[in-house]
Amino acid sequence: MSCTVGIDIGSTYTKTAILDEGGEVLGRAMRPTGFKLEQAAQGTFEEALAASGRGREEVEYVCTTGFGRHLVSFRDLQVTDLTAQAWGTRAFYPETRTVLDVGGQTMKAMRMDGDGKVRSFRLNDKCAAGTGAFLEKTARYLGYRIEEIGPLVESSKEIVPISGVCAVFAESEVINHLSQGAAPGDIMHGAMESLIEKSVRLMKRVQMEPEFTLVGGIMRFPTMVRVMREHLSEGVNVPEGELVQFTGAIGAAVLARRRLEKLQAA
Amino acid sequence: MPYASGVDVGSTQTKAIVVDEAGGIVGRSLIDTGANVVRAAEKAFAQAIGDAGLEDYEIGFVIGTGYGRYKVEFGDAQVTEIVCHARGAAAMFPDTQTVLDMGGQDTKAIRLKPGGDVIDFCMNDKCAAGTGRFLQSAAAALGLELEALGPTALEGQRPVSISTTCTVFAESEVLSWLARGKRIEDILLGVHRSIGSRSFGLLRRVGIENEVTFSGGVTKNEAMVEVMAEMLDTTLNVSEESHFMGALGAALFALERLPHGDAGRRREVTSASAEAGPTVAAQEGGAS
Repeated sequence: MSCTVGIDIGSTYTKTAILDEGGEVLGRAMRPTGFKLEQAAQGTFEEALAASGRGREEVEYVCTTGFGRHLVSFRDLQVTDLTAQAWGTRAFYPETRTVLDVGGQTMKAMRMDGDGKVRSFRLNDKCAAGTGAFLEKTARYLGYRIEEIGPLVESSKEIVPISGVCAVFAESEVINHLSQGAAPGDIMHGAMESLIEKSVRLMKRVQMEPEFTLVGGIMRFPTMVRVMREHLSEGVNVPEGELVQFTGAIGAAVLARRRLEKLQAA
Repeated sequence: MPYASGVDVGSTQTKAIVVDEAGGIVGRSLIDTGANVVRAAEKAFAQAIGDAGLEDYEIGFVIGTGYGRYKVEFGDAQVTEIVCHARGAAAMFPDTQTVLDMGGQDTKAIRLKPGGDVIDFCMNDKCAAGTGRFLQSAAAALGLELEALGPTALEGQRPVSISTTCTVFAESEVLSWLARGKRIEDILLGVHRSIGSRSFGLLRRVGIENEVTFSGGVTKNEAMVEVMAEMLDTTLNVSEESHFMGALGAALFALERLPHGDAGRRREVTSASAEAGPTVAAQEGGAS
């Protein structure tokens, strides 16, 4: 049985998904990207392969995506994040028109037509205040670990407004609030609210239309998804569990299959 | 009274200057602002008059400047730091027509007329890139003391190119250059150039006129001075007192407003002087 592989080398995490001919996810793996991109790609590939129960010889095509897509020597094809997300999100939700992807160091919004062609996109990768790094920094200033962000926000009873202009300057804002007795959870909640405002603004700039599919590591936080749903009111899809981080890798594997079929037909 | 003082309460450090009747600096102090801004202003002022060998009542007028200027509670007036930096720079280097002020959390470019009147200014205080904070982050990422940055960067020969704008992302870029085996010296030189080119952009927006005077805490960093001097075609003035430019400007404005022939007042700046100086007397002194 042949399978295809999609590897998404993101700024923070590297994700690999292995798909069978029918597009079923057989195995997946994820690890921090770190500074050795090829190693992260290779490592997740081997791990995902082991999880899939398939052998190396069954892998027919490898497609990479994400910011490190050019740095994987064993790739057969590379595609941009947008193309991969377009195919990945539509594999789960075929009626997707607008995708919001919030990762560790990027925020992207794009709008597609009914055929999955990207019509408009906007991204922020210049300023940490509009990415997951903003939450990470805020957590650090508060003295919490990244894994604690979710529960911390859930514990919040009210929002302490955080301006979200600069992730670095937020430090003094956070310290000020803390010294005035604000609860860490409420401050964290404020930081997340600021990120949500930025997300909605970016989506407006691509003239968003439903259905909306929200992906990326930051969508692991239940509050993030809940508040986004309130803002968008209808037609909001969020892939379940860890899959929210795998749509890029899955899209890449789908595109690998398509390329393979084209090559075989020729 | 023949003495006046300026207190520049910056986001990172607080500076105080005491000048005599002729505008000459007779006392100075520099401390970390910390969390208690009011206290920092008091402490810097007390140290500066101590440095000058004066008592607080000998200071006829005090002007506060900097982001914490309204926290100089013992002061007589406030003037914005833009105007004070221009004034201080013009006093130190009379041919100054452009000022670049790089502080701990903001960078400003100021165009002025000879003499110190401000024509235009432009500042970056919304984004840590291109400010002293960028250097702090780089120092933290590399595990170096802030003071070691300049000398280390000056050893750099082939600077890396820092492609990210944001300070947060630059931190990981710095680490990724390290992981790729680049020398710390070359990485740091790249960091300084990145800040330099952002500051240069800010200067260009107000128009660069000869001479340019460099002020603020970052002037203590030799590499930053060298990088800016390389980028600018013009004379770049830096002095030992560059850090005090805003406080000096404030002190010179205070000098102009010295009450004539009247005694100064006690100022509640330290616990000792607070006991000695009744508030009523202070108000009378200040109103004259």
